[in-house]
Amino acid sequence: MRNGPLSRREHPKARLKGALCAHCRVALSLSCCEREAVMVKDVVIIGGGVIGCGIARELTRYRIDVALVESEVEVGFGTSKSNSGIIHGGHHTEPGTLKGELVWAGNQRWVELAEELGFGFRRNGDLTVAFDDAEVETLECIGQQGTDRGIPGIEMWSAPRIRREEPNLSGDIVAALHGPTAGVVNPYEACFALIECAVANGLDLRVNAPVTAITKDTDFFEIVAGGDRIRSRMVVNAAGVHAEAVARLVGLTEPAIRGRKGEEYLLDKRLAGIVSRTIFPCPTATSKGVLVIPTFDGAIMVGPTAQAVEDLNDVTTSAAGSTTVFDLARRLVPGISERDCIAEFAGVRAVAAGNDFVIGPTSVPGFLNVAGIQSPGLTAAPAIAELVVEILGNEGLDLSLKTGFRRTVPRPVHAASLSIAELADLATSDRSYAHVVCRCELVTEAEIRDAIKRGARTLDGLKFRTRAGMGRCQGGFCTPRSMKLLAEMSGESMADVSKRGEGSWIVRERDQLQDQEGGAP
Amino acid sequence: MRPLPSISDDYDLVIVGAGPAGMAAALAALETGIERVLMVDREVEPGGILNQCIHNGFGLHYFGEELTGPEYAQRFLADLLDHNIDIATDSYVFDISPDRLVTLMSPEFGVRQVTAGAVVLAMGARERTRGAIRIPGTRPSGVMTAGLAQKFVNQFGMLPGRRVAILGSGDIGLIMARRMKLEGMEVPGVFEIMPHANGLNRNIVQCLDDFHTPLHLSTTVVEIHGRDRVEKVTVAPVDEQLRPDMSRTRTIVCDTLLGSIGLIPENELSLRLGLRIDPTTSGPMVSSTMETSRDGVFAAGNVVHIHDIVDFVSQEALLAGENAGRFITGRRPPADNIKLNAGVNVASIVPHTISSDREHTVYVRVRRPLEKSWLRLGDVYEKRLRYVVPAEMVSIKVRPRFLEEFHGDILTIDIVPRHESGKGEE
Repeated sequence: MRNGPLSRREHPKARLKGALCAHCRVALSLSCCEREAVMVKDVVIIGGGVIGCGIARELTRYRIDVALVESEVEVGFGTSKSNSGIIHGGHHTEPGTLKGELVWAGNQRWVELAEELGFGFRRNGDLTVAFDDAEVETLECIGQQGTDRGIPGIEMWSAPRIRREEPNLSGDIVAALHGPTAGVVNPYEACFALIECAVANGLDLRVNAPVTAITKDTDFFEIVAGGDRIRSRMVVNAAGVHAEAVARLVGLTEPAIRGRKGEEYLLDKRLAGIVSRTIFPCPTATSKGVLVIPTFDGAIMVGPTAQAVEDLNDVTTSAAGSTTVFDLARRLVPGISERDCIAEFAGVRAVAAGNDFVIGPTSVPGFLNVAGIQSPGLTAAPAIAELVVEILGNEGLDLSLKTGFRRTVPRPVHAASLSIAELADLATSDRSYAHVVCRCELVTEAEIRDAIKRGARTLDGLKFRTRAGMGRCQGGFCTPRSMKLLAEMSGESMADVSKRGEGSWIVRERDQLQDQEGGAP
Repeated sequence: MRPLPSISDDYDLVIVGAGPAGMAAALAALETGIERVLMVDREVEPGGILNQCIHNGFGLHYFGEELTGPEYAQRFLADLLDHNIDIATDSYVFDISPDRLVTLMSPEFGVRQVTAGAVVLAMGARERTRGAIRIPGTRPSGVMTAGLAQKFVNQFGMLPGRRVAILGSGDIGLIMARRMKLEGMEVPGVFEIMPHANGLNRNIVQCLDDFHTPLHLSTTVVEIHGRDRVEKVTVAPVDEQLRPDMSRTRTIVCDTLLGSIGLIPENELSLRLGLRIDPTTSGPMVSSTMETSRDGVFAAGNVVHIHDIVDFVSQEALLAGENAGRFITGRRPPADNIKLNAGVNVASIVPHTISSDREHTVYVRVRRPLEKSWLRLGDVYEKRLRYVVPAEMVSIKVRPRFLEEFHGDILTIDIVPRHESGKGEE
């Protein structure tokens, strides 16, 4: 590990002559200031979750050089892909916290973001239900909290209204608080769209780049991420559950991050429509409880649990978690059954001391923490991104807007959401729109190819972009088809295709396994 | 398969699926004299799942000889190609409306709608997945259904892993246990939660015993380990209520876990059509002519109920195809007059209704194994059965003479232990 600027000899363009490089202080030609070449950035964002991706897109509005380093093979592969995918209405979050300040602002920004970036988002509203008078009182407080925050349309529904609007809810529910501003989003799609937009606006994205060291000299951090060394004036630590580990690399002991795991269970689309709004139980002091969530794509999801975990990478599901989730979900919607489960997953919430978000500068000048982003972190994400830009400005980052910022990315086509006539029309000009790859979710070859062009490198990356493999057969049909297309477009063999990067191979060539003497391949 | 240059807008019969059920139905329908038949399949070649079943054991009942899956399929396909039939492969039926407007899509001809005088549903089945039974643990690569692994090995020449544990003793899992051994891989064991095997006895013998692969009954996988790739699984014995005993777990080191935990009839189109579904088979309810609850919509094969052997699929599909042809040509037989009812130790019955004036083959699946038993049709007929197990479908011929004394409209089928009966001697 070295400190300070590169010596003239080490500099990749050291043989060039010319002006002094503003960043490296090595006399070089102007071409050096294609800063890409020497990887000198104004800001490096560590972590490509929804927070990092959101910050990246906001920062690419300005005339600065920004890089994002992500340890996984694609962005959004951590906690951002394994949460409830709900945009909170804003009324649940207690005032007097940073969460409370950002949740409603974030909620409002999602509407515009989804419009600009074309990912799945819908304001379906939520219902927080009460089974007795004490819970009704709690709901009234929550409703007041929301109204005080300026959130429109919050109202208490009586039992007859509940039966009319959501007939499959438990008959024991006596009242419910309706929040019309709540929504559902496909969080992974949001990550992909944000990062695609940021890259189109000049972001330097580096995946498979876990940060292993950060050093600082007078003006620059040097970040070792994967095989790269990147110099940067400022660093944004958006590393999710790993934010504490990253902060320790610059000698900070804050934030202390603990993990709290949540298990979620996805149910067959057969149940689509069993509820149209997200159903919350009456919250307790410690938890928002297990929800019944109609996902953006029309499936029903139940969860999450909330369990403290030592291992921040512990995304196991458990028999106990399953029992808890289904018992609690059935209490809200009696028609829900384990029999309809098609998939389960878990994510780890990053919990900072005090349970609030930790966003701001640290004792290391230029190093910002954006940590402890647990629920309602997804909701708040767009507001967090704007806040981080503001803080970076206060810390001395020159924020002059660039011209030609592209607000939008091409909206991906989802055959499943088209009418037969629309699909027929697309297929007239491109027959791959009539070639089914995933039959459960009706995903066509054209969609798979588009996703690969947009950066999908793995089966999970394809799944989260197109839904191929997310349906009831869980990839039984589409896996070889998707693998063939991934292999074809990357010029590799099917043996090179992975589920989610290095080590998660799907199949091997005969000689790859047979040549090995013992041991796991 | 040569690509179909074009398809017509109007067919007498559209068959969804070109596996064994679809092909047999097509042949039988063509024999009735109808001419405009379209058979659609989502794979590139007809044959369905048979194309990946390169082992032998097919056709003993139907052809009286032992064939491989592709050979069995080829016999039907060769016959079909002698007829005038349109076969659209690499094509996907997306919707069928109640008035039999079929929407299909294919890279060959785009998105098309065709009308059908009758429809035969022959979509087969899909495999139950890990998610459906909520196996706890991580979600690494290396967990897949046995059928998907079979496709990788037999059609792509790729191996799913080096040390392969198998959950469930369904036939595909047993066949794959043997295949992996033949490929030089290790199979530490097959784990079956039930106290009895789920596959055919001949497969237990030929695929496990002959290769010294252990079958662990009343045992299940309680946890999957490994972040990127399966590293090991934890197994535990289960009690009579199938609850695992977590004090007696053990670890099986493996890089792959194949699931052979059941097949589910593939009934998305049936549901779109609003067909009545039998909750015990998960397939459409069918009459003795294999007609579903909607006029002119027939069904056959694994889409109706899961079969143990393909020969019975073919027989059932011949019946469906013949009756679809009769429907189109206005020679539909009179409606059935007797409803069949699953009684003691009977899980499911197909067909759901029969007619007292014709002979029928009725398929019955038992709930629990019995050494010696009686199969009873109400109180009018009984038949000795030697050994019944849930894994092997019981088929009986119901002849009009059995029902001469029967005057009701609901006939209950029971399969009961033989010692309970005073009648007859072994």
